[in-house]
Amino acid sequence: MARIVGIVTTRREEVGGGAPIFYAADREGLQKVAHLLEKILDCAAHTINEDLFIIVERE
Amino acid sequence: MMLDWLHSHKELTAVAMGTAFGMLARIAMLRSDYRQYPAYPHGKIIHLALGLIAGALGAVAVPALFNKDYTAITFLSLAAQQFREVRNMERNTLSAIDDLELVPRGAAYIEGIAVVFEGRNYLAIVTALLTSLFAQWIVWWAGLTAGVLSLVISHLFMRGKRISHIARVEIAPIKLDGPNLYVGDIYMMNVGLDENRDIIREQGMGFILTPRSDDARVTIANLGQRQAILHDVSTRLGVYRDDGDPGLLPIAKLGLRTGQLGLLVLPREKDADKAYEAVSGVPLLEAAVRKPTKANRKSLEEAESNG
Repeated sequence: MARIVGIVTTRREEVGGGAPIFYAADREGLQKVAHLLEKILDCAAHTINEDLFIIVERE
Repeated sequence: MMLDWLHSHKELTAVAMGTAFGMLARIAMLRSDYRQYPAYPHGKIIHLALGLIAGALGAVAVPALFNKDYTAITFLSLAAQQFREVRNMERNTLSAIDDLELVPRGAAYIEGIAVVFEGRNYLAIVTALLTSLFAQWIVWWAGLTAGVLSLVISHLFMRGKRISHIARVEIAPIKLDGPNLYVGDIYMMNVGLDENRDIIREQGMGFILTPRSDDARVTIANLGQRQAILHDVSTRLGVYRDDGDPGLLPIAKLGLRTGQLGLLVLPREKDADKAYEAVSGVPLLEAAVRKPTKANRKSLEEAESNG
């Protein structure tokens, strides 16, 4: 099963829970942070909506 | 003069011819194509040596049996043991290097290759056995004929089926609707980063495989078969990705309602004709082929006849 290893968002009030949350100032910053996390963690970034990305680890 | 010698040394002729034809059969079946497996030249030497042994074992069994030495048959069981080892060896090697492939072969494909390696040794043995049998039983030219015929037959055996036999392959456009990636109408995956979307838009190619029958539907749904397709296409056309880029993995998804298989590949060489050839030419895996329709038809008829 896939596991959420990180959350990137521009709207801090919409997210919460167990995974690390990264806050970006705007959508451009969101792409940048998601890109970095994807490369660093060897994981795939997925879009839930335009202001919320999840970084997902698969087996 | 030469022919007299052949007639007078029947056993030796039979053994030599049998061994030669067994070896020939193995050489003919040892093809290194785009898959580069077995690799040059050491991988080949192993299989040529085993082919020689297979040929010799098959060939000596016949004169031994003619001399009422029936225990000679146990030689053949010894050979079978050896060739099962070949299968293990191939499986172990391929599984060990599979982790290091950018697009892995998958266990089903590896198993298929291993089985083929074992099977081809048996074909070499049978060729040697038949050649030797006819050379000993009738004359040397009967052995020659039997040898040539078995070479032809084993060549026919060797040719497996391909994807194009069971499915219609079409090139389909890639559609990106926000993060959602479609090939034709089939949903593939969610692509998060703009960067990856651009790469997929530029480098990606989509295919749709439509099964030709209900049996084919089951086969192309098989995960091992799908992985084999992705691996082969990536081998032939290259793959536009590096390790640690799960966002750019070639992927195959089933259209649940239609039973069609959608393929997304990211080739280095974006050539529609070559890509089409590559997908159509992927071998069908023995492990993936199922024939449920025949069984179901029978059980339906039985049910009807039983009222």
